[in-house]
Amino acid sequence: MRNPQLNAQGELTHLLTLEGLPAEVIVRILDTAVPFASIAERDVKKVPLLRGRSVFNLFFENSTRTRTTFEIAAKRLSADVINLNIGFSSTSKGETLLDTVDNLVAMNADMFVVRHSQSGAPHLIAAHLNRTGRLHVHVVNAGDGRHQHPTQGLLDLFTIRHYKKDFRALTVGIVGDVLHSRVARSLIHGLTTLGTPEVRAIGPKTLLPTDLQALGVQVYNDTHSGLAGCDVVVMLRLQNERMKGALLPSVGEYFKHYGLTPEKLALAKPDAIVMHPGPMNRGVEIDSAVADGERSVIFSQVTFGIAVRMAVLSILAGN
Amino acid sequence: MALPDAEQTIAALADRMRGAVAFDAKFVGIYSGGAWVAERLAAMIDGEHPVGYIDVSFYRDDFSRTGLKPEVKRTELPFEVEGATIVLVDDVLYTGRSVRAAINELFDFGRPACVELAVLVDRGGRELPIEPTYAGARLAVARDLSIVLSRAEDGRLTLTTEAGGA
Repeated sequence: MRNPQLNAQGELTHLLTLEGLPAEVIVRILDTAVPFASIAERDVKKVPLLRGRSVFNLFFENSTRTRTTFEIAAKRLSADVINLNIGFSSTSKGETLLDTVDNLVAMNADMFVVRHSQSGAPHLIAAHLNRTGRLHVHVVNAGDGRHQHPTQGLLDLFTIRHYKKDFRALTVGIVGDVLHSRVARSLIHGLTTLGTPEVRAIGPKTLLPTDLQALGVQVYNDTHSGLAGCDVVVMLRLQNERMKGALLPSVGEYFKHYGLTPEKLALAKPDAIVMHPGPMNRGVEIDSAVADGERSVIFSQVTFGIAVRMAVLSILAGN
Repeated sequence: MALPDAEQTIAALADRMRGAVAFDAKFVGIYSGGAWVAERLAAMIDGEHPVGYIDVSFYRDDFSRTGLKPEVKRTELPFEVEGATIVLVDDVLYTGRSVRAAINELFDFGRPACVELAVLVDRGGRELPIEPTYAGARLAVARDLSIVLSRAEDGRLTLTTEAGGA
């Protein structure tokens, strides 16, 4: 079966996952984001590329940052943006996901940006559109369950490339709740595809998936040895709900072992950068002195995220 | 068909512009060929002509048909556009659509006092009411041929034809 993200010509027509996406497709998105990043410096922070197109933000799960940055990205491309918080409307009245989609296509949607708590929901929508021959309608996965968050992975890759240039010489440490993190999953696939020689997952056994070695990832349960020699440290948010499931003893205990403090960061390379997909829990996975410190590129990630999403939307719309 | 020598044509274009172009005019080359021509003209013409670069990919009118081209460059205008005299520079002027896109993009940076257009080769075939202020050469070329400017490693420019209309 053909990769459902690619059309008959092998061009990207939906962005659902970074898994299995060829390196040249990823690099093209990153390269295209570079000129988009400078649009924020202009008098008119807008280009007319998607004038007359409609982008529907279809959020079945809350997310302020991701939804906002997709909205800004679409508006800077001159698209019309329609935000739908579906969790509170049709589905609660019993409408199926695909019926909702068909209704919005009948309203001339050109693109869906989909966030859903169920893994595979964006994939289902894309397959439905492909099957029914509506190839001009594109789907972007904005986070699905524990599965993937490809634009977050891409903006992480863009940030790493911006500061570190070449993936083929890097050691990247991903710290925390890798098990429940779609951000980590996307980033690992991206880093591996672009030839990063060493990707490490650092965290307690209860929060690391068992299939990491198969992905080529080194596993560390001890933060000190895990951080040693890292060029890039990616902190993951500790989701509060994990505390309830007896996966961890306490927040204080977690911070002591896995929270990034200046002392622990000193074990990484002197020029290591610190990343976090947000929202941050200060004092849980990251110390304020690190989050606000000079090695932190957390807010650059947010800014780059707009340019990366502009690149994704415009490449998809043109294919 | 015989094409003029690019180096001689650039020299002729510089002669035409010298004295005619405002002393403080800013040159903006349209990627990629126009960028090379703009750099050469700025070096050959007396005056203070800073060079900027424009990639019109985000302003093209054929996006719906062709999508985004693979390598989009960064538009870089290292000067104030507001109130400036701008000379847009391109290698080959054909339909005028790239120049239309470049003018639109320029205005998103500010309101220039005046915009002129310098081209190495004007091959006719306009689809928009756009005319060059300065042209190095004027040629009649069959519609199914493209004129391509290329740059060698030593910086020398050459004009060639390729099959397929521009």
